[in-house]
Amino acid sequence: MQVLIILVVCSLVVALGFLAAFFWSVKDNQYEDTYTPSMRILFDDTYSDSETGENNTTEHLN
Amino acid sequence: MENQTSNQITQESPPKKKKWEGLELEHFSYDNTIVRNFAYATTFWGVVGMLVGLLAALQMAHPMFNFTEYFTFGRVRAVHTNAVIFAFVGNGIFMGVYYALPRLCKARMFSDLLSKIHFWGWQMIIVFAALTLFLGYNTAKEYAELEWPLDIAIALIWVVFGVNMMGTIIKRREQHLYVAIWFFIATFVTVAVLHIVNSMEYPVSLTKSYSLYAGVQDALVQWWYGHNAVAFFLTTPYLGLMYYFVPKAANRPVYSYRLSIIHYWALIFIYIWAGPHHLLYTALPDWAQWLGTVFSLMLIAPSWGGMLNGLLTLRGAWDKVRENPVLKFMVVALTSYGMATFEGPMLSFKNVNAISHYTDWTIAHVHVGALGWNGFLTFGMIYWLMPRLFSTNLFSKKLANVHFWIGTLGILFYAIPIYWAGWTQSLMWKEFTPAGFLKYEFLETVTQILPMYYMRAFGGLLYVIGVLIMIYNIYQTIQQGKFVPEEKASAPAIKVQEKEKGGHWHSWIEKRPIQLLFWSTVAILIGGIIEFVPTFLIRSNVPTIAAVKPYTPLELEGRDLYIRENCAVCHSQMIRPFRDETERYGDYSKAGEFVYDRPFLWGSKRTGPDLQREGGKMPDSWHFNHMYDPQSTSPGSIMPAYYWLIENQLNTSLTERKIKAMQALGVPYPKGFEKEVHEDMAKQAAEIQERLAKDNIQVKSDREIIAMIAYLQRLGTDVKKVAPQYLPKK
Repeated sequence: MQVLIILVVCSLVVALGFLAAFFWSVKDNQYEDTYTPSMRILFDDTYSDSETGENNTTEHLN
Repeated sequence: MENQTSNQITQESPPKKKKWEGLELEHFSYDNTIVRNFAYATTFWGVVGMLVGLLAALQMAHPMFNFTEYFTFGRVRAVHTNAVIFAFVGNGIFMGVYYALPRLCKARMFSDLLSKIHFWGWQMIIVFAALTLFLGYNTAKEYAELEWPLDIAIALIWVVFGVNMMGTIIKRREQHLYVAIWFFIATFVTVAVLHIVNSMEYPVSLTKSYSLYAGVQDALVQWWYGHNAVAFFLTTPYLGLMYYFVPKAANRPVYSYRLSIIHYWALIFIYIWAGPHHLLYTALPDWAQWLGTVFSLMLIAPSWGGMLNGLLTLRGAWDKVRENPVLKFMVVALTSYGMATFEGPMLSFKNVNAISHYTDWTIAHVHVGALGWNGFLTFGMIYWLMPRLFSTNLFSKKLANVHFWIGTLGILFYAIPIYWAGWTQSLMWKEFTPAGFLKYEFLETVTQILPMYYMRAFGGLLYVIGVLIMIYNIYQTIQQGKFVPEEKASAPAIKVQEKEKGGHWHSWIEKRPIQLLFWSTVAILIGGIIEFVPTFLIRSNVPTIAAVKPYTPLELEGRDLYIRENCAVCHSQMIRPFRDETERYGDYSKAGEFVYDRPFLWGSKRTGPDLQREGGKMPDSWHFNHMYDPQSTSPGSIMPAYYWLIENQLNTSLTERKIKAMQALGVPYPKGFEKEVHEDMAKQAAEIQERLAKDNIQVKSDREIIAMIAYLQRLGTDVKKVAPQYLPKK
């Protein structure tokens, strides 16, 4: 079952990569605020030119 | 790409400069064209994949639906799974990611060119995949059937997607990475690793290769990949999309952002290890099986965390669900996800798996996930997205509701009969008479469940009708709307800020460590694989059985025909240590029997009986007749006829190279054997031809059927030469 070593090594590398990403994200204060981000995505940052009327967002019924 | 900065303030009032610094609005736009293209692609391939699936369902119910060699069940099934997973869901992922990611990052996608290469590259791969699979170029590894040139193409296009995604994340204007982005990152990284490791093949020609792993090893790698394909292609990207589109559609923040974070990290850490639950009671070492089982049981926590987080997002908004078809689709998607992820851990209990494995239960399980979770979330996203891309309202809410109900009925008509069929068949397999004999012939357990197969096909038909209704609805929506190719947006540039801990956050400095980290990971992996694989696999260390010998050239060619026709989709070659299986098929399978099997052919479902001990059970003439007209030897069988094996001349132009490739992979053929292959084949073929002639069957010795018979008659015979007490226990 030598292949287990390969699979375990690969899985560990991926897992350690995620662990590093996790540490980075905590250090980067990604999780300081666990409420605002969930609200923020609900606001659109798009706008429409009053002149051309582009990006006119209509009332979406759905 | 505008990049004006409103610098009037700074010019007029220099003292205020500090205060306004970093709050200058940057103007940019989102690329809607690529989102629209992926939406068209996911819809188109969805219909194609589902129609092919419907054909497969009909073929299961009656063999008359098998047309020519190109459209028999074995090949159709591979096209169906690949089309639905990589074409329908794959394009669905990209549609959602290319819409959500820029908006979450407040930045246009990193490169329009990469987006285009990604889109067209992926569609090209799909077209070639469908063609090659119908033509029978097939590696026999489920969901990784494509041959090596396409594997390389997939890897390249996947990296294009990854670079485009990471580039967008790096130039983001929103410092905080919303949880959906984490799911996208995990998807990209993990799928790349899985795909590369599982697709390690030794090429023989442009359209033929042999797995670098053999037997048990190959099985473990395959299901490590297979299970994580479900995890990181069908689950994590869609969870990321769920965390964006469900709150957007409900106009409510996700129930608990904290839970979403915990859910994410827990899910990706646990999922990777659960693969062996596809190999319970097989020849895989016990401890590996237990490892897979334990992790699979733990998986229920993060999975249900995600489902509840999605459903509870709708708390206080259930009245909207009554009104809004988009939310209806998403609720059923989440509920299906909950059902499938409850069932997964349950099926990982060894005693439950003893009943469910090899039956249609597995098929029902994946379809609750595919039709319910992936399908319905995709439809929900399409209904939500298209009106926005075309700056209009949905053409008909009523039709969307009709689609919803027809689709839901379709899922029920699919899943319930197939659960029933799986359960029924398993109990029939295991039943003994009071005298201690097996109560049912294998064939009886098949004919018993044919009505369920018809109902399943009906359910699938309903589901497809629903999708066609959606296409009409979206077409009318597009007709009444006006496409917005560039959606203008504005956001302040990311602030250059002093951090309390850890120095400067500086965009151009940050770019490099992330890239470095990422590419070094890829490099480590590829380097590691190249170092490891030859070292560990050339001499496989599975407990060897001296009696097990490599296949003769003719048997090897026969085995490759077996792979070409994808027989492993319906016939397993792995006998579990249960009384009914050893009674029905022969001694249970040992790891040492598979050391020359590249790829392994254990199968995961028994539509027909197990073949691992088939050699010597029936005369050659029986196999000939069975291939020519299965119903003549087995009345009521649903196996398609393989008449072309009798008409086609066996292609032996690659045999020498195949033997050489096997030698390079460590199979102990004698030195210089590749020079003698044609003599060896002619001799063995003549013997089979003679035996057939004795039973009044005249056939040329150079036909494909001869090689196929040679392979089938070889199966399991090596071990039969050894007395049971001398065989290793596992």
